[in-house]
Amino acid sequence: MKARIAYWNILAKDMRSYYLKPPNISWGIVFPLAWTAMFFIRSGSGLDRIPALLPGVMAVSVLFGTTSMLAVTVTFEKKGRSFERLLLAPIPLELLMLAKTTGAILFGVANAFVPVVMAAFLTDLSGVTWAMLIPVVVLIAISSTFLGLFIAVSVSEVFEAQTFSNFFRFPMIFLCGLFFPIEQLPIWLRPLSYGLPLTYGADVLHASIHRAAHMPLALDFGLLMLFCVVLFAVSLRNIRRRWIV
Amino acid sequence: MPTDGEAAIKAEGLAKRFDEVQAVAGVDFAVQAGELFGFLGPNGAGKTTTINMLTGLARPDAGTIHIAGIDCSGNPKAAQHLMGIVPDESNLYPELTGFGNLSFCGALYGMSKRNRERRAEELLARFGLADAARRKFAGYSRGMKRKLTIAAGIIHSPPILFLDEPTTGIDVASARQIRQLIADLNVGGTTIFLTTHYIEEAERLCRRIAFIVRGRIVRTDTVEDLMRQTEGRHVVEFTATNDAARLCKAMMTDFPNLRCHAVTGGGIRVESSEPVRVGPLVRFLEDRNVEVSEARKIRPSLEDVFVHVTGIEARAMKQEKEKAKRGGGA
Repeated sequence: MKARIAYWNILAKDMRSYYLKPPNISWGIVFPLAWTAMFFIRSGSGLDRIPALLPGVMAVSVLFGTTSMLAVTVTFEKKGRSFERLLLAPIPLELLMLAKTTGAILFGVANAFVPVVMAAFLTDLSGVTWAMLIPVVVLIAISSTFLGLFIAVSVSEVFEAQTFSNFFRFPMIFLCGLFFPIEQLPIWLRPLSYGLPLTYGADVLHASIHRAAHMPLALDFGLLMLFCVVLFAVSLRNIRRRWIV
Repeated sequence: MPTDGEAAIKAEGLAKRFDEVQAVAGVDFAVQAGELFGFLGPNGAGKTTTINMLTGLARPDAGTIHIAGIDCSGNPKAAQHLMGIVPDESNLYPELTGFGNLSFCGALYGMSKRNRERRAEELLARFGLADAARRKFAGYSRGMKRKLTIAAGIIHSPPILFLDEPTTGIDVASARQIRQLIADLNVGGTTIFLTTHYIEEAERLCRRIAFIVRGRIVRTDTVEDLMRQTEGRHVVEFTATNDAARLCKAMMTDFPNLRCHAVTGGGIRVESSEPVRVGPLVRFLEDRNVEVSEARKIRPSLEDVFVHVTGIEARAMKQEKEKAKRGGGA
């Protein structure tokens, strides 16, 4: 009960202080819109191409939305020492970090559905397997958030977190099979693709929107979950080693 | 809560090293329930590192920690619900109001909404911050920030409170008010572990004091026993030009029964077990072209004991700390 009160209040404070601030709400809407428009203009294709572009735009929106926020909610608070207050609270570190990351996960999920809502006005989405799409969006949001957490606890400055994030984000977008099939990548790059969580998320996104999976879905979901567990565990280990010295 | 006779805070052989620096080197002490225990030392002596180890923000390299009888050496979380912690810097959330900060801190300790809001209102009134309750913390003055940080530390009415330099860098009136609040909390039964570099603050508030220097406790005693050491000691301080400092050695050669040391700001402090005759000393200084503007008898204080035990000039310690504080935040 006591831990639940702490969890809920940390989440509620972060939502009020960070995620529900007008600049972040506008970022959450404008950013996916900009990506969508960019892809349409670049491809020069008609509305029938929406289902093929939707997985990429959704994944990019989640990835950027989640990883950007952790630099603020974790690195910034650590720098200002208010994070010490949380570390000194009588709640397990696991629960504390879940509370700190839940806001980013929800923000990522919300970001992902901005292009979906737009697409719903422009094309027929009746073929989408929602039972597959919703869980995979949640899993992509969790894995991206935990990747952001891993980055946030590895650095001490907010700008370092943003810079370090880009080393992961941009290669990930182009290597995960969202825009170029992995089979078309040079053979030496492919192992790298299979080491990225988004590769498996992208595969399920393609499958749920226009039925084009390249790997067994059970494998995609299993590996995504494994990435979530490993990234969270490594982040906790880093917090214990670096912040509780 | 500790049972009868059990220490509220007990540290044995506590040690911590940061790379080449041995921050804390085998510290032992026990603080009894209801006691106000002072931890005095200069910058870098290991005070904050010790508090961090006791509260769970740092992992000791060696030693054991018991809080209210609970062994926290391997699991710092085990007793965090019994502790209130006021860090050396006010680290509340700038974007939240005073009331919002207290309510949020109460939630971290699992307090229900009704309880924490009632307690927040009570503390805001008690700390004289009721009028600023709905203002953002970022807009508070340094003294108000300090008071709210202390209020946040006791929002859950902890039986044990750690206060790290609570009055450093704030105005005299706020510092006075905070000292009174600390004394009141202790009278109410809260065990308090206070680190400070204000010796007079420790002398006024604490029952027992430990002097820590370079990571080691050099003396732990009650204030009365420490002060007893000054009985029969006579101290005279000369305000003179800065050059006077280098004459200390010569003065001790000419007056072998005296102990002399330079004091910050220009001057010499002379100590003796017999009454000090001022005339010959003034003549000694004037013969060496040192202009003496004042000579006054000083009542031996805890500061003298501190200087005697640690060899550190207390005023220099205070100035150094305040300078460091002005460079940082409140």
